[in-house]
Amino acid sequence: MTNGTVYTETVVWSPPEMYVNDAPYQIAIVDLGDRRVTARILGERVAIGDAVEFVESRNEVPHFRKVS
Amino acid sequence: MRRVAVVGVGKTAFGAFPDRDLRSLAVEAGEKALRDANVKPGGVEAFYLGNFAGPSFIGQNHLAPYVGAGLGISGVPATRFEAACASSGAAFFHAWSAVAAGIYDVVLVGGVEKMTSQPTPRVAEILAGAGDMSGEMRAGATFPALFAMIARRHMYQYGTTREQLAAVAVKNHANGAKNPLAHMRKTITVEQALAGKPVAEPLTVYDCSLVSDGAAAVVPVPLERAAEFTGKPVAVLGISQTSDRVALDEKEDITTLRAVRSSAEKAYKMAEVTAADIQFAEVHDCFTIAEILSCEDLGFVKKGEGGLYAQSGATCLRGERPVNASGGLKSKGHPVGATGVAQICDVAVQIRGEAGDLQVARNEIGLAQNLGGSGATSVVTILGAAR
Repeated sequence: MTNGTVYTETVVWSPPEMYVNDAPYQIAIVDLGDRRVTARILGERVAIGDAVEFVESRNEVPHFRKVS
Repeated sequence: MRRVAVVGVGKTAFGAFPDRDLRSLAVEAGEKALRDANVKPGGVEAFYLGNFAGPSFIGQNHLAPYVGAGLGISGVPATRFEAACASSGAAFFHAWSAVAAGIYDVVLVGGVEKMTSQPTPRVAEILAGAGDMSGEMRAGATFPALFAMIARRHMYQYGTTREQLAAVAVKNHANGAKNPLAHMRKTITVEQALAGKPVAEPLTVYDCSLVSDGAAAVVPVPLERAAEFTGKPVAVLGISQTSDRVALDEKEDITTLRAVRSSAEKAYKMAEVTAADIQFAEVHDCFTIAEILSCEDLGFVKKGEGGLYAQSGATCLRGERPVNASGGLKSKGHPVGATGVAQICDVAVQIRGEAGDLQVARNEIGLAQNLGGSGATSVVTILGAAR
């Protein structure tokens, strides 16, 4: 996976059963140019238009963080 | 193709009913609709039941014959339809297809969901099954999260505000407070809505529809036979069901509900009307932003103007085009599998002039719009007085 731009995002306060211990957490749809993926955001909160970089995949979920 | 009319409607109250099971709710609504249509269970030629997640919520499959037997319906096709929150809209569309095609004359269409016996995180997980479990949901999305991301993008592209989202909730609660069958019969203020507990930013609890138990049913027949059943038949002027991609991240522009747009276009064409002719509507406000998007994609206003439209008062009970006079999913409640047929009941009752305190002024032509998932299924039905 490569770097991308935040297309949209939200912070989830009311999580599904499998992620009850993670909330609140941020997810975003990240635009990678040729496609978009739904990802978790690590660290600092991001907003639409922010550049993000791929960190790692955990349990097949891509994790990104803000490019500082 | 034959024209079709709705000659019977029936609804349970929507709410949290710990002492009621799925079958008793569905049977209550079905019996009311059959009685309203003067049809005995033995006269039903096919039973269509919309239900999203009975197997997950209550562990029961094979729901249509299970409910049908409770109604005294047997020896005929009885089938469950699943299309997420558009399950009973889809059941109605397919029942309409069979009656219009001349396969059956008298059918019963029900919708039911029993949701409140599960804790909130489990409900969120069950509902998530209407999304893409391999992508967005695995990443930690929920349905509120998907619509929150739509709201964020709509705000970014069109300047839609939190106050405009709140205007939808305030209006729908004002209507629902007057609806004796509504789940949450209380008014709220814009300030309350804005200060609500966050669910998925920017959405608060006041932007989200309710987790409810409930059922609804209708009886469609050929229009030419409608007078045998009722003095107040309601004609199906136009109807369409269309689909789109399930995953939000596969949609080119998430601020447009493409299936709503395509199903509306087809239904308008069948009814030989335009959006301007729709006098009132029940739209799928699973979240406040969804009502804003629906008003745009049904063609009531231009794309991007749905927020201003909500704030203008035009969609209030006494506005120029009342939207969700019933209180909508927000206040009336959203037992997901019941919602599509419940909307058709609500529109039909308005056309019959029987909506009491919630009666709209102009009631000759109304629209029901039922959405599945984040927009992968849409059913649009246009109803009018049968002449």
